[in-house]
Amino acid sequence: MTSARDDIFANIRRSLGVKGNETIRNQIVQDRLERAPRGVIPARGQVSGEERIALFKTMAEASLATVTEVASAMEVPQSIALFLRNHNLPASLRMGDDPRLKVMPWSETTLEVSHGPSEGRDLNAVSHAFGAVAETGTLAMISGPENPSTLNFLPDNHIIVVSAKDIASDYESVWNRVRFAYGKGSMPRTVNWITGPSRSGDIEQTLLLGAHGPRRLHVIVVRE
Amino acid sequence: MTVHTTSPQFKQNAARALHDPQLQKALNNVKQGFIDKRRAAADKLPEFEALRDSARDIKNHTLEHLDLYLEAYEEKVKASGGHVHFARNADEAREIILKICRDAGAKTVTKGKSMISEEIGINHHLEANGIRPVETDLGEYIIQLRNEMPSHIIAPAVHLNASQVEQDFRRVHTHLDAKRDLSEPVQLLSEARAVLRERFLAADVGITGANFLVAETGTSIIVTNEGNGDLTQILPRTHIVLASIEKLVPTLEDVSQLLRVLARSATGQEMSVYTTFSTGPRRSGDADGPENYHVVLIDNGRSAMLGTSFEEMLRCIRCGACMNHCPVYHAVGGHAYGWVYPGPMGAVLTPSLIGVDKAGHLPNASTFCGRCESVCPVRIPLPKLMRHWREREFERHLTPASVRSGLGLWGFVAKRPALYRLATRAAMATLGFAGRQRGRFSWLPLAKGWTKYRDFPAPQGETFQARWKRERNGRAA
Repeated sequence: MTSARDDIFANIRRSLGVKGNETIRNQIVQDRLERAPRGVIPARGQVSGEERIALFKTMAEASLATVTEVASAMEVPQSIALFLRNHNLPASLRMGDDPRLKVMPWSETTLEVSHGPSEGRDLNAVSHAFGAVAETGTLAMISGPENPSTLNFLPDNHIIVVSAKDIASDYESVWNRVRFAYGKGSMPRTVNWITGPSRSGDIEQTLLLGAHGPRRLHVIVVRE
Repeated sequence: MTVHTTSPQFKQNAARALHDPQLQKALNNVKQGFIDKRRAAADKLPEFEALRDSARDIKNHTLEHLDLYLEAYEEKVKASGGHVHFARNADEAREIILKICRDAGAKTVTKGKSMISEEIGINHHLEANGIRPVETDLGEYIIQLRNEMPSHIIAPAVHLNASQVEQDFRRVHTHLDAKRDLSEPVQLLSEARAVLRERFLAADVGITGANFLVAETGTSIIVTNEGNGDLTQILPRTHIVLASIEKLVPTLEDVSQLLRVLARSATGQEMSVYTTFSTGPRRSGDADGPENYHVVLIDNGRSAMLGTSFEEMLRCIRCGACMNHCPVYHAVGGHAYGWVYPGPMGAVLTPSLIGVDKAGHLPNASTFCGRCESVCPVRIPLPKLMRHWREREFERHLTPASVRSGLGLWGFVAKRPALYRLATRAAMATLGFAGRQRGRFSWLPLAKGWTKYRDFPAPQGETFQARWKRERNGRAA
């Protein structure tokens, strides 16, 4: 008996009228995988400097995230403490081992900081983004002990810190950085694109926030 | 297991749907919401039409080289520590999934929304074998409580109203205070969130679908707004991805093109809230994520569609725009279609997957208005493909005798212009004369199917051809 795998490949090849070993087809596929050509890139995101940061902010807010800016990473803890206080949230905060977060002066605040992935009972978490995309106000998160994926989804309030220099025009520029960091053809275990807080429209097509993921998404852009 | 379908009873299903006031109320939400939101999103992006061309070309290119991209994908998944399984059909897919669940010692399985999982009927199979599947997308959770099929591919519970959901929650969530207030949709959402949070944390295996698979990196992608798909896949020890073979795309650049048209076409969002790219199991040092990562690649009729006129249907990215814009779907909803895929895409795909003998009514349930094709992000010529099914149905003598003889008679007359002009002139003159008083007919011989529901307007006594000739001559003079 042939295996399911062999059968499926044989059926595909019969339907396409090919053998699978044609040099030209193999070259076309190899070439595409290696070159990874860009397609149509919307002009909207193709701005730089202040304009790009402003676009990111506008688009992220349109996705119902809130955005604030700080001049330096050292101001992040105070900014988070203020955000939590303004929303009457407990002064507790879960985070991973990201060195960029670790060096921030948490002791200058009254925040009760704990480390590690979420087990489902944390109200607030902070993660550091790998990058962001101005085109749609999207954050790009990468899994690992630095920023455990569970922090992106389990807490009620998720705060994401992103460096202004990491805000790209388009998704393709973020992929270039991922390739540079992980090697061409390799990926981190998980890349999460996040555009706004969790929502559902499943009941009478009414938009409701906080379906299973965070009810609030707060973004802090570090300008330095 | 044979496929459970009520597609052969489409006409009865549709009649029942038209007389269901709850359903008709719910369907109003489709007509109002989706169309305007898609339009606004498309208008906001000047490159939208060019992106649709790009999306179509990427899918065509991939399908033409599907064997090679599948091989490349498989190799990458293995290199990242994942497992790839191939299933020729639904039976094989179910057995593979059951075995993985058993090997993981699973008691409960959480599920992200996945149409292929509906197609292979995995929930019933797991239940029959003592494993509890829990749907976690809010809409899917609701219909699972009601033991129903999704009525829409991206809004599975779109056929329901909030009061119906409230009744179901009161019936099932008996551990909660019977006097609690559930009058607002947000209270229903909060309750589902709390109930399902416990399920997420307790599950042994998580099953998700895949919107796309990337050959370049061996990555599977899910797109959700709720975050349920992510909690399904990062919390349990084992993550199973179910995907039909046509989900493949070559590169991360290619999938980025497709993602730019997916959410805009589906819900009118610029981008869905969560787009998740998963590659293999937990890495060393990871503090969370699944320890085992399995992909089940399912053919179930796809490879036979390649190289035929229905190959174009394999471009479908399941956005739901075709049904959101379909006047037939607006009138009867998704359940009338009788199987997993409703609306125009279902009318084309269902006969391919379960046979035109069972699903022949579906491609006939179309006015051929063309709205579906005009909004399809990958430009599938849905009306043309429905017409192909009608032709095949006719060729295979599946059409009822009365319809065949009627079409035969019409064909005989239409091929003889002199006879056609004579016959239509006589018919129009007779009808015009008979209807000159009231201007309409509430009854006509051989037209009960029409006059049962609405009056037939009386013609003015002249044929279109005659009028065309007269007016053109008049203009020339």
